[in-house]
Amino acid sequence: MKSPALIFLAAFLVNNIVLMRFLGLCPFFGVSSTVETATGMGMAVIFVMTLAAWITWIVFNVILLPLNLVFLRTAIFILTIASLVQLVEMFLKKSYRALYNALGIYLPLITTNCAILGVTFLNIDNRFSLLNGTVFAIGTGLGFTLVIIVFAAIRERLDLAPINPALKGYPISFIAASLMALAFLGFTGLFGLT
Amino acid sequence: MTKLHIFTRGLVKDNAVFVLMIGLCPALATSSTVRDGFGMGLAATFVLVFSNLLISILRKNIPNEVRIPIFILIISTFVTIIDYMMQAFQPDLYRALGVFVPLIVVNCMILGRAEAYASKSSVLDSVLDGLGTGLGFTLALTVMGTLREVLGNGTFLGMSVFGESFQKAPVIFMIMSPGAFLVIGILKALINKYVKKELR
Repeated sequence: MKSPALIFLAAFLVNNIVLMRFLGLCPFFGVSSTVETATGMGMAVIFVMTLAAWITWIVFNVILLPLNLVFLRTAIFILTIASLVQLVEMFLKKSYRALYNALGIYLPLITTNCAILGVTFLNIDNRFSLLNGTVFAIGTGLGFTLVIIVFAAIRERLDLAPINPALKGYPISFIAASLMALAFLGFTGLFGLT
Repeated sequence: MTKLHIFTRGLVKDNAVFVLMIGLCPALATSSTVRDGFGMGLAATFVLVFSNLLISILRKNIPNEVRIPIFILIISTFVTIIDYMMQAFQPDLYRALGVFVPLIVVNCMILGRAEAYASKSSVLDSVLDGLGTGLGFTLALTVMGTLREVLGNGTFLGMSVFGESFQKAPVIFMIMSPGAFLVIGILKALINKYVKKELR
């Protein structure tokens, strides 16, 4: 059994969700035009990812597993996450106006973020306990935030750079992401994690 | 639009990966070998064709207000079917694709076709549209898988391409994650430069 600290580091850096696992690429390329929006998106992802990890862990281990309904996993998880996001949005709108103003517009986008659903599946596949699952979700969310903020900073510079017209937009962003992934490969082997 | 146009729209003109840039997560993650890319493409095609079929049959009975949750339920039903079928008949492929098989459910390409096409069109047209879009996705993944496997491992579907000496020191970088971003970046740049103008 791995310790929570190692699970956190593996999720945060070594197996970074975007650059190593290829999850959450839509917001990574879609919401990374400025550092400000990237930060908002990152915070919203950390928040929802942790909540989703809790709820789906409870749903899976308390309802689906004892009732032998594991085959409903895919359908139940996506519906749970979709309704969770709606609930969080309504709750924040009513009770925490400041937080809602900061995260509000990113919340609906998160339902279609495969990183959230991916983390809940990985939680189940790895048979994490509730504590380890939480640590894994927070580490993954922080890893997403780190990478999307750095990437947004790179893209702000790319906008000003003289680039061949064929490479403008997506192609140069992919190549920048490729170089970032290359840098993140350097974390492989950190504390013996692969 | 003729039937052929419906089919080729998703296959070439509005190719999900190379033109519309959707469904990127599975496209990059599972294209490290030809077999994985092709298998992932076919799995997504199966889900796309059957969800388009069922949604098109039910399109007059689905209430407009709750259509998205219903689409998601229908899609996840077929995802569960392909998930279990692959686990039973192709266990090696299933292990290689991992979490990306259940994640077909959040592939925006599939929900996109359900919402934009199958919920408004006849059954035959919807199936053709699903088949074209799905095979376009498969084509993109196979092209990327071929480039990455040939350069990164020196093989095509496991068969040696450049001989022993290349296979001892291939461009391993290509089958790892940076290679995926690089291949799609360069392909997209080539498409921007040479293909798009002629289609317009």
